[in-house]
Parts: sequence; structure tokens; C-alpha cells
Amino acid sequence: MVIRSSPRTALGLRLALFVSAALSITAGLAAEPFPSTYQVPANAPVLIQGAILLTGAGARIDGTDILIQDGRIKAVGPALQAPAGARIVAAHGRWVTPGLIDIHSHLGVYASPGMKGLDDGNEATNPNTANVWAEHSIWPQDPGFETALEGGVTTLQILPGSANLIGGRSVVVKNVAAVTYQAMKFPGAAYGVKMACGENPKRVYGDNHQAPSTRMGNVAGYRQAFADAQDYQQQWDKYRHDLAEYNKKKADPAGAGKKAKDKDGGADKDQPPTPPKRDLKLETLAEVLQGNIRVHIHCYRSDEMATMLDVADEFGFKIAAFHHAVEAYKIADRLAQRGVCAAMWADWWGFKMEAFDGIQENLPMVDYPEHSCAVVHSDSEDGIQRLNQEAAKAMAHGARIGLTVPPERAIRWLTLNPAKSLGLDARIGTVEAGKAADLVIWNGNPFSVYALAQQVFIDGAVVFDRDHPADKPRSDFLLGLPNEGAPL
Amino acid sequence: MKPLLLICALAGAVFTAGAVAAQDFVIRGATVHTVAAQGTLKNADVLVHGGLIAAVGTALAAPAGTAVVEAKGRALTPGLFGGLANLGLEEVSEEAVTLDSTLNQKAPAWQQQWRPEFDASLAFNPRSTLVPVARIEGVTWTMLAPSSGDSIIGGQGAAVTLDGRYDATLRGSGSLFVSMGSAGAQSAGGTRAAEYMLLEQAIREARAQGPIGEGALLHAAGREALARYLAGGRVLFQVDRAADILAVVSFARRNGMKPVIAGGSEAWVVAKELARAEVPVILDPLKDLPSDFDHLGATLDNAARLHRAGVRIAFSSGDSHNARLVRQLAGNAVAHGLPWEAALAAITAAPADIFGLSAARGRIAAGQAADLVLWSADPLEVTTLADQVWISGRPIELRSRQTELRDRYIDKIKANRAY
Repeated sequence: MVIRSSPRTALGLRLALFVSAALSITAGLAAEPFPSTYQVPANAPVLIQGAILLTGAGARIDGTDILIQDGRIKAVGPALQAPAGARIVAAHGRWVTPGLIDIHSHLGVYASPGMKGLDDGNEATNPNTANVWAEHSIWPQDPGFETALEGGVTTLQILPGSANLIGGRSVVVKNVAAVTYQAMKFPGAAYGVKMACGENPKRVYGDNHQAPSTRMGNVAGYRQAFADAQDYQQQWDKYRHDLAEYNKKKADPAGAGKKAKDKDGGADKDQPPTPPKRDLKLETLAEVLQGNIRVHIHCYRSDEMATMLDVADEFGFKIAAFHHAVEAYKIADRLAQRGVCAAMWADWWGFKMEAFDGIQENLPMVDYPEHSCAVVHSDSEDGIQRLNQEAAKAMAHGARIGLTVPPERAIRWLTLNPAKSLGLDARIGTVEAGKAADLVIWNGNPFSVYALAQQVFIDGAVVFDRDHPADKPRSDFLLGLPNEGAPL
Repeated sequence: MKPLLLICALAGAVFTAGAVAAQDFVIRGATVHTVAAQGTLKNADVLVHGGLIAAVGTALAAPAGTAVVEAKGRALTPGLFGGLANLGLEEVSEEAVTLDSTLNQKAPAWQQQWRPEFDASLAFNPRSTLVPVARIEGVTWTMLAPSSGDSIIGGQGAAVTLDGRYDATLRGSGSLFVSMGSAGAQSAGGTRAAEYMLLEQAIREARAQGPIGEGALLHAAGREALARYLAGGRVLFQVDRAADILAVVSFARRNGMKPVIAGGSEAWVVAKELARAEVPVILDPLKDLPSDFDHLGATLDNAARLHRAGVRIAFSSGDSHNARLVRQLAGNAVAHGLPWEAALAAITAAPADIFGLSAARGRIAAGQAADLVLWSADPLEVTTLADQVWISGRPIELRSRQTELRDRYIDKIKANRAY
């Protein structure tokens, strides 16, 4: 994981307990740029009483209390004592789930309104733009963030689009109203890199009489990019080695007088070595090779997913998730064995050839093998508002063929499993003591079309309350616009 | 004469792809949502004879030997409307050669030959891969809706039944599609005002006697086609902005057209005016984002507000591949304040009424086509599935390319699990 310099706050210190330190490739050159400025808000404790809890860890607990303190789940169990000053939320008969996590969103980068001036999702000028970062395109005023919040979404991965083989870095954000994206940025979350298989890159560049124009061109593109990254990595390794040698010499006064050339007859050992020129594209890819950046691949077809697993093996990186994995059901066992998540829609199909084999049982079929990681994702400012319904539809179709997925398991598709794919499962994705208090109180069974999120909490703070519409987040863009009538 | 006779003979016969022959049967003990005056009937029977609904009631007498379907209390609804969905006019959206719904002129609107005579329903393919996918989930008919492409008049569409017959067009449903608002404005030269200017010109040509001079928008066939709609024809105006909605309604009235609003994101803003003018709205009730400056007023309350004001509403997502999701649109509208009965009507009776089909489709009532769906539970709930579907009294085999794919791979997955 990449650790960005956190403010020296209690939060920053706490985070250190959760993230294992690994140095990024240019560590030591400068502080990690664009640090998160998100702070857990101070809030009185909250005691939610009498809920039907789907923990996200696979359990359903009826009639339980949930105690939130200092932004975390403090305790889960019957008849908990409310600490002094705690706010009591009566949730008898209501359902509580972890906050929903969408690992495939373009909110902010393809914002509403869909104007040219806000069209910032695809740097479609080169098939490899590993140097771009989605966060630099995020418009925090996208009204889609607040409609997603009303659907219970508390964490999102914002990705670049899929025009390119390697589209750039993704960023994980908390769904909190903010004026800057840094204030939404999930502290301590690893970056992802967005890659794309199949039709999009070959169409975008092929139509322009440029490589890639075929799937074989796509694969050649990924391989060359990672071969270049290996070379870059070696340059930096060599630099680090030389620097260590130099520092050792400097610290050793006995050797100080001697003139020596290194084996290549290159650098003077008395002079500090010159660092290689930073290349932002190769830097991102080298971080992937180091395991610091997680790999998220838009890949519909099962054969292409298999090819990408082989590419990953060739260069020694791990794939976190295949997105839009319309054909994942054809290789469900293999994905489970490899520990690769498959992020899916419930029923999208047929909009292009690589989506022609979409079936509605994809999620339950991918979920079925041991150690599977099935994820519901949206890729849509509309779908993200109803991730729970996407899961519900898949559950119904699974049940019809004997793959019955109970609510306590299906909720993992929207919570723990996406958290795993982001490397954040130790912090979010379940309602368990010690986890961040990201949760949703639903006014009914969340796997019903009639259920609505009643209250949404992020780090213990109520960020949406259906009973208090005046307090809900509201984009600057919507101010003064006639988009609300008198109450129904 | 001979080829003509042959064509007549072909048109007269019912050729079907995928449906078995109609058989008389009675469904017993259903919760029948008639979407008609009878409302919802518990433990009721529906008698089907010759592809039509013969009777609806409790403890119906059926002729000896009539097949019986035991509903065991399950919900029975009319077959669902798939929306303005081009089932049978496309296979793969990104593959242009598989698309038949749009006439692209590749020129600005003022330089085009307008083609109101273009009729997308001529391209309907009942054997499309999309048809079974929608049909096995209860979608029994849809409205073929030519999109305007780079034009303002998209052409004509018609409703079709999805039972697999080749002569699928439902009589009397023909409609003209006109796209206004900011999309059409680009083609009209960059301003929506020019859309009206050009439409007026086309209407003048349609009404004119004798030849039109240079720069005519319409061919003779186009003038004839458009003239029919100026005599009370149904015209779907695809508009979303409140101001555009009122403008097209007034424009249509002035020119003898019967307007229907398709889209209508901001229709709730002018709900009273629409109710007074008896103009129906076909909307996607899930649209709640200001996707552009025509949709600034988009809200999940749209359907409920229109209904409350007395506007007739029907639902459409416009998605052909997922036309089956109309139920999800309806269920969400209920979650946002629309009465359940009105939501079911919005995907059954209301669209049938809007497209002039109320005598034949959209309700469970004697004399209607036996387009029926028996549901595993609440038909508007996303976890409910269709248990059986009939179109014109024929039971639909619950198979599609997707179920075949599912069945090919499911055994492998089940066999491989270690426990």
C-alpha cells in the first residue's frame, strides 16, 4: 500500500495501525502528493436499537443493538448500554447493513450535467495514460454523489474510463459532501490502476488508424508497457543501490580518500548518484509491479480474463478485480482459485459483442465456488443508486436454479467483497466492533424494490437522513434550480 | 397479380416463431390484477378461449376438457409493455449492421430530405435474440420507436406483439416520433427555435396542394405521411424541459396532432397543464439527475406528481436489451409515492390506451387478447419472477439464449465445488 503523508492527527496515527507500510518507488524524493484532508468528524456516540443486522461478514442478527463511538463500531449485541450523551436511534424492525461500496464509478469525472466542460473521464489521447490520476478530474459538486448517498453508498472507487489499455490511476473516496476531492479521499487507501480489455481500446485507437486495433494489439500494448516498467524499476533499483553505496562510503571515513570507479566505469563514487528522471507513466506501472497499486481491469469475456491472468503472471502482479465481468460465470472456479474478484451488473447485456453472453445468474454463479469474491458494481450514476436492487434481482435468478443466496451472504456483494478488492476489508465492509461506522439503516428488507435508505452513516456521522431532507447534501450546482416541488 | 395474391395469403396467415398453438384453458385461483374496473380479484379465474380472454370471475364454469392452470393464489397480470424499446430492431447496440431503428441522414436537418414516411416497424424481426429475453419475463408487447438520429422527425413506429408472429404489428398503434429539445436543436442549426421553424415548414409542405419549389424538406410520400398525422394522428414528442413540453403541446394542438410526451423529466412542473390538455406522458421514473440543461428538474417524484395531478402515465426506460426491467421502474415509482395500482397500470393498461389498443390489450377483461403473466409473488418486486407467460393464449416456453448459456455452465460450477 501507498501511504500518503497524513496530517499528524489522532486519525493519522490510528491509520498507521491499519496500513502496512511499503515504500513507493520514489519514496524519499518528496512527500506523497495530493494528501487526503478528510477528517473523521467528532460526534456523540450513537446507539442503534433493535435492528435486523446484516453484518456483511456473513451473519444476520435479528433484534440487535449497534453502538457507535468515535466514528467506529464499538459493539454489536442485544441490550447494549448507551454511554452518557449517546443519541438513541430506534430501529426496531428496520434493517441495518454496512455502507455500500461501489468499486466502479465515474461520478465526478463524468459528472451531471453531461456537458463537454465536465467530460473528464477518458484521457483518450494515448492507449497508455498510466500517468493520469482520476482524482484530478473529479468535480466534487457532481449531484450524482448525493443521489448515490441516498442509495446507501458510502465508499466509491472513481476510475478513469475505458478508452485506453491503461487508463490511469483510480482513487477511493468517501461519499461525503466536500468542496475539494482531497476532503473526500479515503485516507490510507491504496491507489488502483484502471486497465481495459477488448472492444473499447481497439475501437478508440483502431478507428483512428492507430495501435491497438485488435485484441492482439491490446495485449502487445499491456506487455510492452509492463516491460518498460520493469526496466524503469531496475533503473531505480540501481540508483537506490548506488545511493546506499555512496552513503555507506560517506559514513566510512577510512575509505574517504580513495578514488574508485564502479564496475561500469560510470559514476564517481565520491559523487552522489543521479536519480533517473521521473516518468509518471512508468512510475504508476512500477508501483503496480511492486504491489503498491491495485489492478482493476475492465474485461467482459472469460477468454480475455484468462489472458490477463497470464499477463499478470508474466510480469508478477496481482489483479484485484475484473470489472464488467459479464462472462465471469464461465470461469467462476478459476477466478475463485486465483483470489480475483469479479465485479458485475445484474443484467446488462447485448450493448456490444463482448456483452452478448450476459446472463442474470452471473452473480450467484460466480459467488458459488469456495473463496469466491462476487461484487456488484454500477458504472452508472443511475445504477449506483440501487445497488441493493441489482443484488436482489440476481438473488431471485439464482434461487430459481438452486443457487439460493440468503440476504446475509448477498450483502457481501455490496460491502465486504468490494472492500476486499480495494484492500480495505480490515477497515470497512462489515458492521463489526473496531470497523469504521459506515452503515445504512433501511426502512425495510434492502433486497426489496420498495426499500429505501432511511439513514446513512459515514465514520459515525449521519450524512443522510430521509426524515430531514433539508439537511441532506446538496450540490452547489443545484442551488436555485427548480428541481424540487412542494412535498408530495 | 400472382405475387400480390401470394403476399396477401402470407399476410393473412399467422406465422410464428417460438410459440406453441393456442389452446383453451382456465387459470384458477389467481390474484387477478385486472387493471380494469374490476380491480384486483382474489381467488379468481380467467377463462381463455381462442386466444382471447372469455371470462373473468370467481368459480367460472369451463367447458369439459378445458385445461386448468392452478394459480394457487399467485398474482396474474396483463402482459407487460416493454416501453419505447426496439425489440426486434436491434441485436448489438454497438454493431451498426444489427441496428434498424434509426434513419441517419448524415446532414444538418435543414439540408435533409425529411422522411416521416420512414416506418421502422417494416424492419421488425420476431426472431431477434432480444425478443425471448424480454418475453420470458412477462413483456408481451412493445412500441417500436424510431430514434431521430440526426433528424427531428424520426419517422413512424408501431406496437408489436412479441409472440413470434411475423405480422406482429398491432393495428391502430402507428405513431410519429419527433425529437425536440437540445438533441434535435443541434441538427436544426444550433437552436431549438429552428426546430419549430423547420417543423412548420414541413407541415406547410404537407398541406400544400401541387408541387413544392426548391429546398423542399419532404418527398411526395413524406407529405402524405405527415398529412395523416395532421388529421388527428398520434405524435410522440421526445422532450424533457418544461418549456418544451408546453411548446410542443400547443404546437401539436395548433396543427391537428394528438401529442404524447416521451421523456418528460420536467413534466411534473407542468402537470396541471398536461392534465387539463389530456396529454399523456411516457417517462422513466428513475431519472433523477440533471443529466443536461433539459433535465434540471429531474426527480424521483415525477411519476407520483403526474399521477396525482391526473396525468396518464406510462413507463419506459428506452432500453431494448433490458426492456424486462419495466417492472423495476414501476416498483421504484411506488417506493417514491405512486400508488401500486397506478404503477402496474403504467406498464399495462395506460400504454395500451395511449397507443389506441385499449380494446385489445392492457387489461384482463373479456374480449382482450389473452396476454397474461403468472408471477411468483408481487409483480412489481425485483425478487419476483414470471412463472408462466401467455401471449394471445399461447404459452411461452421460458427459454432464451441466456437461459441456454446458464444451463450450459451451471452444472460445471455445481460439480466443481469441493463441499
